Amino acid sequence: MPLVKNATIVADPFVHVAEGAELPGDGAILISAERFLADPEALSRRAGKTGVIWPNNRPVDDLVPYLDRLAAVALVFPTFRDGRAYSQARLLRERHGYDGELRATGQILRDQFVFMTRAGFDTFEVKKDADAHAFAETMKRYSVFYQPTGDGRLTALHRRMQQRHSESAGQ
Amino acid sequence: MYAYDELDRTLINERVSEFRDQVKRRLSGELTEDEFKILRLQNGVYLQLHAYMFRVAIPYGTLSSKQLRRLAHVARRYDRGYGHFTTRQNIQYNWIKLAELPDALAELAEVGIHAMQTSGNNMRNVTSDQWAGVAPGEVEDPRIWSEILRQHTTLHPEFSFLPRKFKIAITASEHDRAAIKIHDIGLRLHKNADGEVGFEVLVGGGLGRTPFIAKTIKPFVHGRDILSYVEAILRVYNQYGRRDNIYKARIKILVHELGIEKFAKEVDEEWKQMGDSSLTLDRSAIEEVRSRFSYPAYEKLPHMPDELKQAAADPLFERWRKNSVAPHKVQGYSIVTLSLKPVGGPPGDATADQMDAVADLADRYSFGEIRVGHEQNLALPHVAKRDLPQLWKALDRLGLATPNVNLVTDIIACPGLDYCSLANARSIPIAQELTKRFNHDTAELIGRLHINISGCINACGHHHVGHIGILGVEKNGEEFYQITIGGRADENAQMGVLIGPAVRYAEVADVIEDIVEAYLALRDRPEELFVDTVKRLGVEPFKERVYATR
Repeated sequence: MPLVKNATIVADPFVHVAEGAELPGDGAILISAERFLADPEALSRRAGKTGVIWPNNRPVDDLVPYLDRLAAVALVFPTFRDGRAYSQARLLRERHGYDGELRATGQILRDQFVFMTRAGFDTFEVKKDADAHAFAETMKRYSVFYQPTGDGRLTALHRRMQQRHSESAGQ
Repeated sequence: MYAYDELDRTLINERVSEFRDQVKRRLSGELTEDEFKILRLQNGVYLQLHAYMFRVAIPYGTLSSKQLRRLAHVARRYDRGYGHFTTRQNIQYNWIKLAELPDALAELAEVGIHAMQTSGNNMRNVTSDQWAGVAPGEVEDPRIWSEILRQHTTLHPEFSFLPRKFKIAITASEHDRAAIKIHDIGLRLHKNADGEVGFEVLVGGGLGRTPFIAKTIKPFVHGRDILSYVEAILRVYNQYGRRDNIYKARIKILVHELGIEKFAKEVDEEWKQMGDSSLTLDRSAIEEVRSRFSYPAYEKLPHMPDELKQAAADPLFERWRKNSVAPHKVQGYSIVTLSLKPVGGPPGDATADQMDAVADLADRYSFGEIRVGHEQNLALPHVAKRDLPQLWKALDRLGLATPNVNLVTDIIACPGLDYCSLANARSIPIAQELTKRFNHDTAELIGRLHINISGCINACGHHHVGHIGILGVEKNGEEFYQITIGGRADENAQMGVLIGPAVRYAEVADVIEDIVEAYLALRDRPEELFVDTVKRLGVEPFKERVYATR
């Protein structure tokens, strides 16, 4: 499964550690929320980055105390129709100021790339090769946005107000 | 009218290109039907019994004549020469070919029309009073806020994959013509004690198999905070709405299961945390949207022009005028409703030729503007009273002057088993039969009476809130119909009450006639409306009348 980060296909530095499997001595790992919360201190002492896979039915508030020691948070789309992780992503980015890797995992398909990016995701475990290769192209689909989100893209309203301002300044 | 600017037009065109790409990938097999289904629904495309159905948005029910002509063109070029106006200010085409859809969308986009979020589990087309901006006594034109919400809900990055569909309606009048109490969020524009504009926010209304009337979650949210408050509701719903059972996934179930107080607390908590967010609308932002609504240059006209006095001698004109013409906020003008409920016709359908003709009449008599209401009729919102007689003659020639607006034959009906893959029973033929049972004199004698027909429990015909509701069900492979009475969709919204066992298809019209006859005998004076008689006496006397001989 190709990994897209910052709009390019990259090798995944993180190893998904299966439930119950032994942790590797070093290197970056992605582990379940339960395993992480069982002993966050031990994981912090380990050499190598830690990322956590956070389920979409658990409030991100529970993760907030640990955000500064996490290298990645992976949010889950069990199917692309289940949109709970969009809210989690925005809360992590916009309310809790999380600025590490925010990874979309699960049924990640091309037609959700724009929404996900706007919600704050920067890394994508893409299901289909063709979709991963089309990432950069897909992100060009839209140039106009109506809602302000943490991604910083200007909204249509902002652009209109700016235009008004510059017009009235020129008079 | 609201004028789309370059940014709005760009976004609509970008959506067309995206959808064109999605259709191409489906046709090439790159997308599975499962994947594509959700994508097409997000753009108003259903697969029905015989063909794809295409639902196009008419945001808050306002159309220009140019837009209506384009809708006619699409009906002619891509469909079978007609369209069906729905109960949520949309138009549906029933015979569209998938491969041609992107071209149809592109043609609509040229006049600022789109199909975004007319279906799917997202925030649907925002609806409002079809008399917005022209009805006397409004707090202000609710379309300004409808447009603010239309933009905010369009392609929302957080709320495009909700547990279930989500419908918002706005009214600014005491008399609610937008049925806000049967919406997921209902917004009633009003002013607080300081004269500031804001909203009573209602939540959790809806029909379908578990009908609820919306409850007030906040009596007053200031206009500047309405986006953040709506966003807080959506965020709670997106995270906690049920996803395990499609029939329990609407926000009404969440509100019901948590209780309105607990739900309100969750929303308030979220809203508080959002703080003074980027969603706060300052005065200039609201003015920006307001400035792009233009209003006609009305003439100073007499309240009662000679043309109207003369025409009053014609009883046919008078009958039409009494039923179809409503007061306008500007003296000398009227709002004219065009009945899409001809005797024997399918409710809400209009042919391409009719649409073109209405567009011409709008140019001539209504400053080029047309409205679409949830009762599945059209309206011309700015007609000078002196023009009413001529307009009536023109409408009559087009079959659009049936004098039955708000009367027993002004029936709301879903497409039913004639088109819909979800339906259990037919709706349209029941409506057609009923229009033949009551002639115009009888209908006038009966007075205001709304009949609503749904072909299945999903309730697209809003049967629960019909004064008389007719619901098609299937029993052992046969069509049966449950009859309810006493429902209403306005500011006093309530669900109708079942009168007894379901009846066969062939009996429905007889039963409705019995109910109406019972009402005529029971009402205490001619002005007592059917719903008020039901309220006063309950269902018993009607039930007795219907089942005594069956």
